[in-house]
Amino acid sequence: MNVKRRALLASAAAAAALPLRRGRAQGKPGIKIGVLNDQSGTYRDVTGPLSVACARQAVDELGDIGFPVEVVVGDHQNKPDIGASIARQWFDRDGVDMILDVPTSSVALAVANIAKEKNKAYVNSGGATPDLTGAQCNPQTVHWTYDTYMLARSTGGATVKNGGDTWFFITANYVFGQQLQRDTSRFVTQGGGKVLGAAIYPFPETTDFSSFLLQAQSSGAKVVGLANAGGDTVNCVKQAHEFGLTAGGVKLAALLGSLQVVDSLTLDVAQGLLITESFYWDLNDRTRAFTKRLEVRTGGVPCNAVQAGCYGGTIHYLKAVRAIGVDKARDGAAVIAQMKAMPTDDDAFGKGRIREDGRNLCPAYLFEVKKPSESKGRWDYYNLIATTSGEDAAPPLADEHCPMVKS
Amino acid sequence: MNPFDVFSDWFMRLWHIPAVAWLSQLVLGLQNGAFYAMLSLGLAVIFGMLNIINFAHGALFMMGAFVTWMLANYIGIGYFPALILAPLIVAAFGLVLERTLISRLYGLDHLYGLLLTFGLALIIEGLFRNTYGSSGLPYSPPGALQGATNLGFMYMPNYRGWVVFVALVVCLATWFLIEKTSLGATLRAATENAALVRAFGVNVPRLITLTYAGGVGLAALAGVLAAPIYSVNPNMGSQVINTVFAVVVIGGMGSILGSVITGFMLGVIEGLTKVALPQFSGAVVFAFMIVVLLVQPRGLFGKAA
Amino acid sequence: MSGISLADAHAVRTGRSGFSRPQLIGIAVMTALVAAAPFLLYPVFVMNVLCSALFACAFNLMIGYVGLLSFGHAAFFGMGAYLSAYAAKNWGFDAELSILLGGAVGGVLGLILGSIAIRRQGIYFAMITLALGELVYFACVQLPFTGGEDGIQQVPRPPLFYAIDLNNDLAMYFVVAAVFLGGFLLIHRIVHSPFGQVLKSIRENEPRATSLGYRTNDYKVIAFTLSAALAGIAGGTKALVFGIATLTDVSSGTSGQVVLMSLLGGLGTIFGPAMGALVVKAMENYLAPFGAWVTVTQGAIFVICVLAFRRGIIGELGAALRLPL
Repeated sequence: MNVKRRALLASAAAAAALPLRRGRAQGKPGIKIGVLNDQSGTYRDVTGPLSVACARQAVDELGDIGFPVEVVVGDHQNKPDIGASIARQWFDRDGVDMILDVPTSSVALAVANIAKEKNKAYVNSGGATPDLTGAQCNPQTVHWTYDTYMLARSTGGATVKNGGDTWFFITANYVFGQQLQRDTSRFVTQGGGKVLGAAIYPFPETTDFSSFLLQAQSSGAKVVGLANAGGDTVNCVKQAHEFGLTAGGVKLAALLGSLQVVDSLTLDVAQGLLITESFYWDLNDRTRAFTKRLEVRTGGVPCNAVQAGCYGGTIHYLKAVRAIGVDKARDGAAVIAQMKAMPTDDDAFGKGRIREDGRNLCPAYLFEVKKPSESKGRWDYYNLIATTSGEDAAPPLADEHCPMVKS
Repeated sequence: MNPFDVFSDWFMRLWHIPAVAWLSQLVLGLQNGAFYAMLSLGLAVIFGMLNIINFAHGALFMMGAFVTWMLANYIGIGYFPALILAPLIVAAFGLVLERTLISRLYGLDHLYGLLLTFGLALIIEGLFRNTYGSSGLPYSPPGALQGATNLGFMYMPNYRGWVVFVALVVCLATWFLIEKTSLGATLRAATENAALVRAFGVNVPRLITLTYAGGVGLAALAGVLAAPIYSVNPNMGSQVINTVFAVVVIGGMGSILGSVITGFMLGVIEGLTKVALPQFSGAVVFAFMIVVLLVQPRGLFGKAA
Repeated sequence: MSGISLADAHAVRTGRSGFSRPQLIGIAVMTALVAAAPFLLYPVFVMNVLCSALFACAFNLMIGYVGLLSFGHAAFFGMGAYLSAYAAKNWGFDAELSILLGGAVGGVLGLILGSIAIRRQGIYFAMITLALGELVYFACVQLPFTGGEDGIQQVPRPPLFYAIDLNNDLAMYFVVAAVFLGGFLLIHRIVHSPFGQVLKSIRENEPRATSLGYRTNDYKVIAFTLSAALAGIAGGTKALVFGIATLTDVSSGTSGQVVLMSLLGGLGTIFGPAMGALVVKAMENYLAPFGAWVTVTQGAIFVICVLAFRRGIIGELGAALRLPL
């Protein structure tokens, strides 16, 4: 799966068109948004250039809002030190006012600390760690799209309700994987299910998962939870299919999956897979309209929840800047406070609000991947099977230990 | 996790693993070993004959898988023809690499060859990542090899059996070619004393070029075999290359039979660690390598110093 | 296949200080550049370059003057960074103590790993250091104090000598500059000491050095330990500059990068590694928006270096000017 050359040309053309608008607004102080994500590694396809396209789409759709907006891009290579040094340089030297996206929890937290230190706005879409709005929350951060709590609650809770009550985990041995396993286990047990075991594998140097899949199979669990991401998830699902796990009636739950993962697996292999996302292009009229508009930039490739979050987050951020004025918006805490004060409304996520800890309350959808016979074409992959409301999908404020929030 | 927890955890796991599980992990270990064996075989051939440590081996393995995918998606050529075609195409690419770049380094220190091929690996992987993204491309096993066989203690995909079979045949054939035929004898003689062999009228540079292409072809063949099992993605080479290096070093640099046996052996050792102590299955190969190097500097099967 | 050493053996005529006149001029120019840099460039970037430059110089001590290629040097850099960050954050060490602790940890680890690795030579030395480096990496993934994937974050910049506040980037800059220049001169002093001459003789012809009565293995271990300690200091300093120590610092990618820097600048030259660090870091910095092209460019530089100018930027320059730089 990739963004086709056509798409790149289209976005290059769009980028070329930007200076024209900027030219008109010349002389006025502008806003600079820095999209910081993985442009070259494992998470390139699930964030990367499509996230940038979504941010640019948001800027274009708002049209002339009284000040010029520029979008710049950085590649953090999934390394916290590289991410931190780019963020520092953007804020210190390049006049970036807001940093967007930032997948990979470790980098997400590092950038949050710098945003706080420099008092600049930070809208995270790609990061999964609930600490962004929990123990390490700060007044400069909004966490837009999802966190491990949401994934665990939606996939774990709803699946148990539908009868998948015995679980085995295949877990990547790092903070994100362990957190996902721990959170999901909690919802499985709360719902009356049982966790039969887990295989924790070394990350990132594992490519063959058959050994762990056999352990899962012999445990007799009805559901195998994949507490990993990206290429590891793809390989797990592919090899589970190969070893006949899915044919034997075992359900696979990709705790962090996305449309791109399904596309790279093909429906034949991925069918029946459970995935939670907070956005899907074919959810309703508004999401379909948004996807249609976005197609010009991406050559027909729809975006996933994280990328859509870059769209929604940018729209809401720019509205907040408009409300308080560009000069005041240089103050990160002020513009984030304004974002929390205004209700959110965009085509990708609909209406909602941002909680005082910085968490955007968007609903979580549990999808089951379609059978090849049900699909009407490429990208028609999901059946919606359960919805968790925005309030329920976010960790309760009382359990979060966010120092900003007085409980 | 403190050391005591690790130990008790390990002990409990060992205690609770039934014999059947051990047996199935053994089989899986052999399957992974088949890839290690084929990859380290190519590396060993190249090192033995050219004295070049081919760091680009992982990238060429990845190219093998990508060419297979391209053959299927761009011109509709299926798996079995690709099994022959893809290695030939990648070997031709290797031929060009050897002629234009690598051949300039003969006679220099090993390290230059290593650095050059390391650079080549970065370029190849970067280009594929730019063009095809990083999620991986789908490739299904051919119809004839789909399905699985019940071995009694486990459910074994037919395709995996095929991989082990092909790997064994190819490894044995390569060993036979180099150790038992006159062509192999010429090759070995050329590495010992190129000038003398040239005096007998043999075109030594061409022989060396073909050897490099052959080693590269082996890597690409492993790539073709891997395509239906792993997702075809630009990172697949760099993920295995370090382990494969360890295999070659443990087996004895340049020893052909050594790298094949070690490849299978390490696959099994790693597989068993995955059951007993999964967190450490990545480290076990390197720990093993250090021990071997200290006890037996030339590797398990290397010629005596 | 031994005997062809990576570095060119320069016939160096040196004065009392151990420096030849062109080198003295070079050092004066470099010091002036280091002093002026924070006013011309972004100071945090230059600090990053200086830390990497010290790391590369430390690495060069092994490859350039002893002729041993270590593929696991990130282990020392990374452990230095971890310990320094941990001490500053959890034990309230001030800046100089944190950095020194990083160096001490690098040195101790270097002594242990070095005494294992130097038993083998040439390519086997490279492979064994690669494996040892991987093991240190795995240990860092597992050990709780490193913070796993997140690393040690939010490390405060401690004051210097419990008095001077370093939160100002410029203040921190001059500490880093002092550490770099100190390390740089120390390495130079080592290379030109009688000890350094023995190291070079080992590089040129180990059996002969042995026959002259030198216990070559002891010399190699000491050189390895010094190199590792300086790498630890570089890592510790970097951790304080950025307030973060992560798995990147101990990973094989970092080990590869330091090879690239030294090779690009010129193995076995005095200024080469620092120059290489500057070029590599600048590339990383200015190519960041271009994604995977960074990898392609780095690869291309490796290839071009090996094929066209094996002596590296400074090495070629020195050869052209007939000066030992």
